[in-house]
Amino acid sequence: MKEFHSFNRRFVLRTKSPDFERSMVITMNRKRIRKVVIFFTVLLLFPTVTVQAERTVYTYTYDYWGIERESPDAYQAVSTITGEEFGIGDFKDPQGLFVRENRIYVCDTANNRIVILERNGNDITLIDEFSEFTGDTSINTLNEPHDIYTTENGDMYISDTGNQRVLHLNSQYELIKTMVRPVDETIDQASDFLPMKLVADRAGRVFVLVKNYNKGYLQYDNDGNFIGYIGANEVKFNMVDYIWKMLSTKEQRAQMEQFVPTEYNNIALDQDGFIYATTSVFNENELINDKAKPIRKLNSMGTDILIKNGEYPPIGDIWWGNAAGVTGPSKFIDVTALDNDTYYAIDKTRGRIFGYDYQGNLLYGFGSLGNKQGYFQFPTALEHMGTDLLVLDSKNSGITFFTLTQYGDLINKALDEYKRGNYDISAQYWEKVLMQNGNYDLAYIGIGRSLLRKQRYKEAMEYFKIALDDDNYSKAFRLYRKEWIEENIAWIFAGFFLIIIAPLAIGKIKKIKKEVDEA
Amino acid sequence: MKIDALAYQQKVRHIGKTLRYSLYVISHPLDGFWDLKHEKRGSVAAANIIIGMALLTNVLKLQFTSFIFMKVIWEYVNILKLILGFLAPIIIGCVANWGLTTLFNGKGTMKQIYMAIGYALTPYVIIQFPMIFISNLMTIEEGAFYYYINDFSIIWCGVLIMSAMMMIHDYSLSKAFVTMFATIVGMMLIIFVLLLFLSLVTDAAAYFISLYKEISFRFY
Repeated sequence: MKEFHSFNRRFVLRTKSPDFERSMVITMNRKRIRKVVIFFTVLLLFPTVTVQAERTVYTYTYDYWGIERESPDAYQAVSTITGEEFGIGDFKDPQGLFVRENRIYVCDTANNRIVILERNGNDITLIDEFSEFTGDTSINTLNEPHDIYTTENGDMYISDTGNQRVLHLNSQYELIKTMVRPVDETIDQASDFLPMKLVADRAGRVFVLVKNYNKGYLQYDNDGNFIGYIGANEVKFNMVDYIWKMLSTKEQRAQMEQFVPTEYNNIALDQDGFIYATTSVFNENELINDKAKPIRKLNSMGTDILIKNGEYPPIGDIWWGNAAGVTGPSKFIDVTALDNDTYYAIDKTRGRIFGYDYQGNLLYGFGSLGNKQGYFQFPTALEHMGTDLLVLDSKNSGITFFTLTQYGDLINKALDEYKRGNYDISAQYWEKVLMQNGNYDLAYIGIGRSLLRKQRYKEAMEYFKIALDDDNYSKAFRLYRKEWIEENIAWIFAGFFLIIIAPLAIGKIKKIKKEVDEA
Repeated sequence: MKIDALAYQQKVRHIGKTLRYSLYVISHPLDGFWDLKHEKRGSVAAANIIIGMALLTNVLKLQFTSFIFMKVIWEYVNILKLILGFLAPIIIGCVANWGLTTLFNGKGTMKQIYMAIGYALTPYVIIQFPMIFISNLMTIEEGAFYYYINDFSIIWCGVLIMSAMMMIHDYSLSKAFVTMFATIVGMMLIIFVLLLFLSLVTDAAAYFISLYKEISFRFY
């Protein structure tokens, strides 16, 4: 009997011996039911009890204070596909994923092949899988391809990592050109050349992320010639480090971390051809003051032009504990930019996807590590198809599809309408968002902005105040103050007169009276 | 009865007069604090009132300052902590200062030190209290004024406390500076000893409570 003392033990035992358990349940039932009823009554009375124990929500946002606020689900995992479903054997350690219209290209890295799928509605069909190509080269097979990019006309760029080259194939798997280690004085000819991730722009330039190269992305022109680096990081210099180095001995200096620029870990293109880059090499203390910049948007000069107007920079989680042995900050390993300029980045530390709008405000974060659908084990790539998100997991070798829920759709529509300049329609969507999530600061600000444009300053101020948005509040307040003064200018002057002029005048009159009396 | 009423009236009048004297003190600090001590133109009651007002300002500030300048997480606000956080430094500061100046030739008594600190807080009240309401008429761009004026009130208070040190204890400026610094160290020491004492008492109490529990379990 002692074994049954704890409420939770029952579930443990049930898995072990169902028959024994069933008999116990009958005898214990009444007591249990009463206990359960009391338990849930207590829960209802003190709802915070469960919240503090463990984060049970799937989707959340951060408010002004950086406090985690529950949110309705914005994305929902609808299905997970594996290679087995198509009769081609499971994916093995897949690393790369690419989506062009409704085609999905998977780099099945350890199987040395590329799988092409097509999605129509919810049906996914196998188009092809290939590991060989034709062309004038010594090795005509793929060896551990890590990433693929396809152009609009079907040309494929593949980082054939195991063969230390980047391939350019046409849609018939015929080799157009190969790009190999450039002969350049900045590149060590003795070390391995391991291209990992790549994209190609409309002009046929290819940007390749090469492992252990920290000068940025390698850039090849249309003919496959190396033309330089892009996005090189300025070497960080730190006065404190310098002083330490001066004081320490040679051996100590050798053990210290060296001044190296950060290395990127992924690359993506947005619809305008800007490069979205992620890095997970940074000092975690530099995240919150936006020196680490884990997500960057590079222009053609290689400078970071990501807009950051949110309360917090786009760094994923703002606070991180060490629950369940998971420690440290969010480490993004892939990013994808949607057509409405929102972008999503996936964090491998906690398996979460963070969505940001084009101003850098966190829309929502969702997901976690685990074995259920919508949870990840070791995500490696994130892509989008329309507004759907696809996540490739290298450990469970599946691709998970996420679609927008009604709530997420409302947020997207509100953002779209705002970008188009339809502020009133945008505010209507934000109001619907608020009905589902009263903690959503962006919605309050969105409604406030629309009211501001309608010159309803007082109401706008109230909305901005709820979201603690002091800049916009000040804007609304300045206009409201101006309006108020213009309306009440007569009263202000009257008051001024009464307070300052009147006593003076009365004094003067009294003085004159006195003089008259004395005279 | 009549005499009582008269005495009461006189008392109120005296407090009013000493309270008004605080306005003289803040504009003529050296002279003001000298007279505060030697001419007995101040009163403890007035100092109490000023400290009370400063405390009130501190509390009202949280609620009524425009959210642009003061954002408060109300879940974390503990009004008792706020009050204690304001009063405890004053009291501990008085004790530390008195203790130190008694050793180093200070001429002031505890009562005079307390009065001087009270009177020195006057600018805090007369500037920050109106600023609570004025902040609601400001935008974020005009916020610089808000911060400058608030900082100014603090600096003014600091200057007043320095002059009070000089006048009450009959110190030179450099000695007053050293004493101020030593007072801060002294305050920290007092807090340290208090915490030490508190934790020891808690431990001792816990010991006896556990002893009682042990015995009661044995015989129950």
